Amino acid sequence: MSSLTGYAAVSMILFSLGAIGVVSRRNIFVIYMSIELMLNGINLFLVTFARYHFNMDGQIMSIMVIAIAAAEAAIFLSVIILLFKTKKSLDTNMFTQLKEEVK
Amino acid sequence: MQTPYLLWIILLPLAGALINAGFYFYHIKFREVPEKLFAIVGTVTPFIAFLFTLNLFLQLLDGSANFEQTLFQWLEVDQMSIEMKFLGDKLSIFMSMFVTFVGWLIHIYAVGYMKGDKGFGKFFAYFNLFLASMLILVLADNPVILFIGWEGVGVCSYLLISFYYTDANNVMAGNKAFIVNRVGDLGFILGVVTLFFALNQTGLSFTEMKANIHLASNDLLILSGFLLFIGAMGKSAQVPLYVWLPDAMAGPTPISALIHAATMVTAGIYMVARFHFLYSSVEEIGLFIAYIGAISALFAAVIATKQTDIKKILAYSTMSQLGYMFIAVGLGFYSSGLFHVFTHAFFKAMLFMGAGGAILALHHEQNIFKMGQHRKRLPIISATFLIGVIAISGIPPFSGFFSKDAILAAAFQEGQYLIWGMGMFTAFLTAFYMFRLYFVVFKAPSKQEESYVYTDKTITFPLVVLAIGAIGAGFLNFPAIFHGSAFVDSWLAELNSVKLHMSHGTEYALMVASIAVAAAGIFVAYKKYYNYDVYKPETEDGLIGNKFYIDEIYHVLFVKSIKKMSVFFVETIDDKIIDGFLMATSKGFVNIGKKLAVIQNANVRYYAFYMLAGISVISFYVYITLIGQ
Repeated sequence: MSSLTGYAAVSMILFSLGAIGVVSRRNIFVIYMSIELMLNGINLFLVTFARYHFNMDGQIMSIMVIAIAAAEAAIFLSVIILLFKTKKSLDTNMFTQLKEEVK
Repeated sequence: MQTPYLLWIILLPLAGALINAGFYFYHIKFREVPEKLFAIVGTVTPFIAFLFTLNLFLQLLDGSANFEQTLFQWLEVDQMSIEMKFLGDKLSIFMSMFVTFVGWLIHIYAVGYMKGDKGFGKFFAYFNLFLASMLILVLADNPVILFIGWEGVGVCSYLLISFYYTDANNVMAGNKAFIVNRVGDLGFILGVVTLFFALNQTGLSFTEMKANIHLASNDLLILSGFLLFIGAMGKSAQVPLYVWLPDAMAGPTPISALIHAATMVTAGIYMVARFHFLYSSVEEIGLFIAYIGAISALFAAVIATKQTDIKKILAYSTMSQLGYMFIAVGLGFYSSGLFHVFTHAFFKAMLFMGAGGAILALHHEQNIFKMGQHRKRLPIISATFLIGVIAISGIPPFSGFFSKDAILAAAFQEGQYLIWGMGMFTAFLTAFYMFRLYFVVFKAPSKQEESYVYTDKTITFPLVVLAIGAIGAGFLNFPAIFHGSAFVDSWLAELNSVKLHMSHGTEYALMVASIAVAAAGIFVAYKKYYNYDVYKPETEDGLIGNKFYIDEIYHVLFVKSIKKMSVFFVETIDDKIIDGFLMATSKGFVNIGKKLAVIQNANVRYYAFYMLAGISVISFYVYITLIGQ
């Protein structure tokens, strides 16, 4: 089943790109988009295997992920606005107030 | 025979101590309590205890069996069972008779002496506790109970010697007494343990031990006898553990009287007499004890000739007399030793009380060369003091003569001529330094123009009673040679391992010799001090005046070296090694923590990375294990 390997590879690549994006990028928007990318990578994985096993569970799961991602988007965007209001910046390196200086 | 009185003899002074302590607490916390109340509680309780003891004594005199009182089982460890039990046999009742009687008189004296003192109530609480401890010691049925009293006496002496605790010197003296006694106590504990094992754990009461003494091996008996005697050395101030006794004079005078006459220092003699069955079976140790006694007697007498402090002279004389007692008990003449304890209690208590009166009269002046002419100012004290001095010097028919002469005769009979010689020389020195004291304090012309004369009845009454005792006590053991009844000898005959048996001629000769020696001592003192030039007072100088530098030697040998060791432990072992190790450990943790804290930099991206890294590692692990299957 070479087509399964292809789908899986694509979803893994998507997920990895998202993960790398989350870790390496500083802009909050880009991080947010990377997270979405990871979610979609997972979705692709779920759908692929659902189709492969002729079982709708995975598809249902992916629909739920999309729904949650939509809800998350609403919260995430409003949080980003709030963050921007406090610092006038979207650079994550600016938001390190929870750190305590080591003496 | 069971009797409830034994417990009450102890409980009464103890109750007195507790009541006085309660009153004193009330006194300092809430409202003033009149001195009279303390005094009544303090003096009545020993008196009732004395009456109880007298009652038991009279019953024993009637031929009653030994008394005992078992209260409860105190300890049971394996085969060892220790009962809280008191024993009233001839020895302990004899001892507690004069402990309570002389103790009571000293209590009365203390009422006058301590009048107006801030710590009046505290003083009487301690005083009663002291007496109670001594009575526990005397009436104990086994060495463990005896040890309670033994330690109680030590604690009370500490409390009383440093009674005026605001002066650092007094506190030091109290510490010294306590610490030196601890050295002896260690010996005592080890001795009892050794004895317990030597007897194959066949019970610890004195009667059981006496019955089983033949079971023990001789070596172990020698060891335990020696160790127990170390305890006695500490309590009874013998060479080399005597150093606390002169310093103990820091306490108020009634305490000195109590420590020296009725309690504390006699405990060592009593303990050896209590273990008479042990010491009778190991004669080597007996001889050792006798020699230590003789050395202490001579040593203290030599030092006393140069002292200028009235109380220190008396302290050294006590040590010297205790040496005599140890000569007697060491040689197996327990009755003679205890008889000397008995007579000594009277005249020494009296001497200390007299000295206290003389000191008070001059506003706490203790240097004898600053006194003088006390005879006119303090007639009663002077007269009783003279009686005490004569008694201790060994002039018949005063009590000291009979008891001291019996001891010297015993040493002579046993063929210990060296001990006898030392005893005779000590007798000469005793007569000399006691009369030196008397002449200088009471006869010599004085520089002092005015003097505050103390004539409180509470001070003179005990003095007069004790004076009668000091004169008459000797007749209790009037020697058989004068057709006397030798009452004490026959009363305590069962203790003695040896009997006095010598021809009348030798006995007379020995008596004449000791009288002659005493008379010589008095004569020398008379020549030298009767018309003493008060403007040239003696000072404590030279080898003898400095007490052979023993205190200094001990200071270097023990105090300084132990201090050095402590400093070594503090500065090197504790500060450097132990603390160094602990600090290095904790610093290591701090450093690791600092390094790790860098990771936690509050940056979301890093956190996400850690999370991913963690998940990756776990996933990898799961993957590997799945492959493995």
